[in-house]
Amino acid sequence: MPETDRRPGSRRQASRRVTLGGIPAWVAAVAVIGALLIVVPIVSLATRVDWAHFGSLITSESSLAALALSLRTSVASTALCVILGVPLALVLARTSFPGKRILRALILLPLVLPPVVGGIALLAAFGRRGLLGAPLEVLGVTIAFSAVAVVLAQTFVALPFLVLSLEAALRAAGSRYEAVASTLGASPSTVFRRVTLPLVLPGLVTGAVLAFARALGEFGATLTFAGSLEGVTRTLPLEIYLQRETDPEAAVALALVLVVVAVIVMVVTYGRREIR
Amino acid sequence: MSRRPLVAILALAGVATLLAGCASPSTGSGNGSSESGSETSATPVVEQTLTVFAAASLKDTFTELATEFEESHPGVTVSLNFAGSADLVSQVTEGAPADIVAFADEKNMAKLTDAGLIDGTPELFASNTLEIAVPPGNPRGITSFRDLAKPGAKVVVCAAQVPCGSATVKIEEATGITLTPVSEESAVTDVLGKVSSGEADAGLVYVTDVEAAGDTVEGVTFPESSGAVNTYPIGVVAASTLPELASEFSALVTGADGQKILAAAGFAKP
Repeated sequence: MPETDRRPGSRRQASRRVTLGGIPAWVAAVAVIGALLIVVPIVSLATRVDWAHFGSLITSESSLAALALSLRTSVASTALCVILGVPLALVLARTSFPGKRILRALILLPLVLPPVVGGIALLAAFGRRGLLGAPLEVLGVTIAFSAVAVVLAQTFVALPFLVLSLEAALRAAGSRYEAVASTLGASPSTVFRRVTLPLVLPGLVTGAVLAFARALGEFGATLTFAGSLEGVTRTLPLEIYLQRETDPEAAVALALVLVVVAVIVMVVTYGRREIR
Repeated sequence: MSRRPLVAILALAGVATLLAGCASPSTGSGNGSSESGSETSATPVVEQTLTVFAAASLKDTFTELATEFEESHPGVTVSLNFAGSADLVSQVTEGAPADIVAFADEKNMAKLTDAGLIDGTPELFASNTLEIAVPPGNPRGITSFRDLAKPGAKVVVCAAQVPCGSATVKIEEATGITLTPVSEESAVTDVLGKVSSGEADAGLVYVTDVEAAGDTVEGVTFPESSGAVNTYPIGVVAASTLPELASEFSALVTGADGQKILAAAGFAKP
């Protein structure tokens, strides 16, 4: 087991010597156990995969329908996160008003809420008898049991990831360049487009990738709020949950697909840089 | 440098003993709680924990039966684990320490008997049929299975992969009425939730679910339901360390007392 754990680390630090940087050796040893707690189950999952049938398991009609739906809805919710999250992050990073701390805490709430609670809350708002859902129903707009419901659930859980990353990037970038641009006569909108956005683009990309990954993995809120119908609301995590009932092999194969996607996302987002 | 791996191994061993240390007191505390539960009797009683894995639909009835069993068996604690039948099967297959298992259909029990994990032949103890659940007041006026196919009616069913869903498919085939559900849930409780919250106009659940849901839903029975009956089997796990106690629990479930409790919850005879 330690073999599998050491490999990724040694690859990255091949050029440098391993240094403990002054921390006690036992702290490093406990850290290894902490890492193993995450790595061992993931590696174990890979050992359960029926590799001989892997291709056919993940390309069954229902699997492909789930994968396609997951990708479509996750792209849509990431776009929605960017549209809504960029202004939110700007407001949190740059403006000052009473109650800002409370607003930030509320916006970050989905990070710590169990997703099923998010689903119940979404039902209370957009469900047929919901606060907004009931008037919408009168207008002929139904959200429950549609792909729109899936996108709403995913956006609900993913938005904090984008806002958090972007707000950190905005604070790190500071507002000096923006101040200079406006003294040179640029309107606030021009400053936003020509100075702020290019400056925090890496932070925005990180946030969007994280939001996409979170949306892709969304399960609890979707199950509670959107239901589960092939091609309409049954995303990949819901398909895995259902396949487990009759075809655990397919569930494991699909689970590995999600793990691979998640690993790619994490490497793209964090792998290249040292964490600050 | 050469010392470091050694330190790591030592630390690993240390944590392993720590974990092992954590594990034994927890079983000890389990015994402790049962100790305080049982009255101080003159003869010393042996503390035992019987672990029962049962289908989610048996939650209310088996909780009641467990209490009864504990009362008639001083020193025995019944530990209950409720989940979907397929979940329980995979848990037992993976070596979960169950003494006795009860499922919502024979298909799941067959997976364990085929694998040689059950001692003897499982006994059938109850049966369940489907019923239509509608929100209070039945806003869509659904009175028959055919009404579920009405255009505009939002119907939620179980997915074909789970027991309640395969029963639904059986009825659809028998009647020739094809439903176009807005959602196919993976658990009967999710179907019930969609109906009681008013999101769906109707859902197909078990008779016992409607019974247990109280006022949150109304039940609509339909004669075609007799075409798809789920039978509940119970069996003693081969690896059980308490096979005699497990058999006694099984006897309680299949006996007069157990059958009375099950009937009160809406279950029919197998």
